[in-house]
Amino acid sequence: MKHETIETNAAWLIVLVFIVISIGGLAEIVPLYFIDDTVEDVKVDGIETVRPYSPLEVRGRDIYMREGCYLCHSQMIRPFRDEALRYGHYSLAAESKFDHPFQWGSKRTGPDLARVGKKYSNQWHVEHLTAPRSVVKESIMPNYPWLLKTDLEYKDIAERMKALKMVGVPYSETKAEYEANVKRFGKDVAKFLDVNQAENNLMAQALANNYDGNKSNITEMDALVAYLQVLGTMVDFSKFEDGYFSTFR
Amino acid sequence: MSATSQVSPQSYNYDIVKMFTIMALVWGILGMFTGVYIASELTWPILNFDTPEITFGRLRPVHTTLVIFGFGGSALFATSYYVVQRTCQTRLWGELLPSYTFWGWQIAVASAAVSYMLGYTQAREYAEMVWPIDILIAVTWVAYLVIYVMTLRKRSQPHIYVANWFFIAFILATAILHIFNNMAMPVGLFSLSSYSLHAGVQDAMTQWWYGHNAVGFFLTAAFLGMMYYFVPKQAGRPVYSYRLSIIHFWALIFLYMWVGAHHLHWTALPDWTSTLAATFSILLLLPSWGGMINGIMTLSGAWERLRSDPVVRFLIVALAFYGMSTFEGPLMSLKSVNALSHYTDWTIGHVHSGALGWVAMVTFGSFYHLIPRLWETEFYSKRLINVHFYLAVVGIILYISALWVAGIGQGLMWRAFDSYGNLAYTFIETVEFLHLPYFMRTLGGAFFVTGIIVMGYNTYMTIRKSRLEKAEFEAKIAAKMASAQ
Repeated sequence: MKHETIETNAAWLIVLVFIVISIGGLAEIVPLYFIDDTVEDVKVDGIETVRPYSPLEVRGRDIYMREGCYLCHSQMIRPFRDEALRYGHYSLAAESKFDHPFQWGSKRTGPDLARVGKKYSNQWHVEHLTAPRSVVKESIMPNYPWLLKTDLEYKDIAERMKALKMVGVPYSETKAEYEANVKRFGKDVAKFLDVNQAENNLMAQALANNYDGNKSNITEMDALVAYLQVLGTMVDFSKFEDGYFSTFR
Repeated sequence: MSATSQVSPQSYNYDIVKMFTIMALVWGILGMFTGVYIASELTWPILNFDTPEITFGRLRPVHTTLVIFGFGGSALFATSYYVVQRTCQTRLWGELLPSYTFWGWQIAVASAAVSYMLGYTQAREYAEMVWPIDILIAVTWVAYLVIYVMTLRKRSQPHIYVANWFFIAFILATAILHIFNNMAMPVGLFSLSSYSLHAGVQDAMTQWWYGHNAVGFFLTAAFLGMMYYFVPKQAGRPVYSYRLSIIHFWALIFLYMWVGAHHLHWTALPDWTSTLAATFSILLLLPSWGGMINGIMTLSGAWERLRSDPVVRFLIVALAFYGMSTFEGPLMSLKSVNALSHYTDWTIGHVHSGALGWVAMVTFGSFYHLIPRLWETEFYSKRLINVHFYLAVVGIILYISALWVAGIGQGLMWRAFDSYGNLAYTFIETVEFLHLPYFMRTLGGAFFVTGIIVMGYNTYMTIRKSRLEKAEFEAKIAAKMASAQ
């Protein structure tokens, strides 16, 4: 076929362009859904340790996204010696398999947060988020004083979990789904994956941990700190043989 | 061509082109000013003022959306509607539908910016718009495609000019990318929140397939369409090589779609995908430079125009930056270089050498050609065009050099070890190091935004002059009519 045919015929041009631009995406995205090794198997005694977020963590993650934290903080540790020393074990694909959307980020204006969970106390996070320069003098992070002053909105938490369930996160609504979660994640985890108990579970977690240091109400700070404290804590690397995870790469 | 097939300028739809041109400048000024503001926040964090709406995290998507979709998008609507009419020698198809694309697009951009400030976002870079805005964009885009295709179909020229190939590829690709990357489940019919269909590694791949092709098609292929019309027009010479334009068009649109995963080197994305992306990124150098050479060589034999014509200067410098950043891109997509550059300001600098150096400069050059023709007058001040040119060039150079220092410097500090094998620097020490480069970057941005403000003023005065001239002309006609009676 001469190129002139394409240049003089809009339909040909459109069809050919459409085919040519479709190939790359099809070749690179579709296989990621079908190649099993893409996401690691992370099981300890037959129980999956990477679990969906609890209701309070879901709301905390929403606030993380709302404030655009992902624009300055990555959640993806690369397999380099300096990153291992600074942040810990490199991130696994499995660790973000329930992240809709992913929050790997692309820029480290601040440090990586993939394993920030349990590294600092709740109180440190509250002080740091309210006024970062009160704990790290040279920090250029904005202050977030409103997190502590704003009550957490959680009326629609069940709807949020249902939406997440629609896109594949295994929250349970029926008895059968709950039982399946008990088998998959263990009883303790399965309990707070139950959509019917979402609001109660959210309040219970906030009350039990009192992340923001203020017992009287549940604030946005409670939710955000709950989320930060769980980041990177779901895989206990001491339970796996050396080199196990590299077989997936 | 016979005289009868000529279409007089009056029968073209220039109103829609004028509207998009003006809005491109408005969004450009607002978006670039926001950019300078957030750059200042990084230099002096007190500028966040403890106010949620203007913190860095909420304003950054405002900046990217206003410049990419507001400025870039409106400039592309304007120039593509102009180019398709001129090269097909026919009036734009439809009357209401083009106006709809104008209002649909402007409302999408404005509501996106406001919604980010209020905290409504999908948290996907360059695709932060919440789902109702995504639907508005999708509908507007389909209308754009229909208008474009229908106009091509009623062309009075047998050939579809090369600029239109690029515009068609850009419209089709953007539709595909936008729809697949934004698939999400809304929390409720009356909730602005949604959760993306994909998760984790698949989501990352989809997002960067989208993200890099927002660069590849929105900010490159489409602007090459602009280049293929306005460079030959302003230079008064035909495109250097017809054959090169064919080869580089098909190679460019094929290769670009593969390279997104180079944003995910060394992550949890499988190695095969990122290796593939790196390979295609290096291949992409060839068609990119093919386009650059084709543009620059169009001026061959008319190089003296660089001295006399500031508009040609804008266009050629744009092509030079295009060549520079499409060389830097493949370099940064090498895994070993990327290990250093990723997560640092080098990436931001690279994006801006493309966005300011190529996208904005080629737009300015094209607009300086376009605006006098739309409003049928000479530009108000040629000297101000020159002033704009120098402000822009100084701004870009300051900006990208500052971020080379920031990015490479910080990257090296992160991976530095002391003689005991411990990390040589804490994270915060590397942040302290950034202060001076961040200040220089802000300064560079300020130069650049001053330039576009000068252009805005020059354009405003040109339009005013055109109105005065028209009124004067009409008065003269009226006087003649009166005296003839």
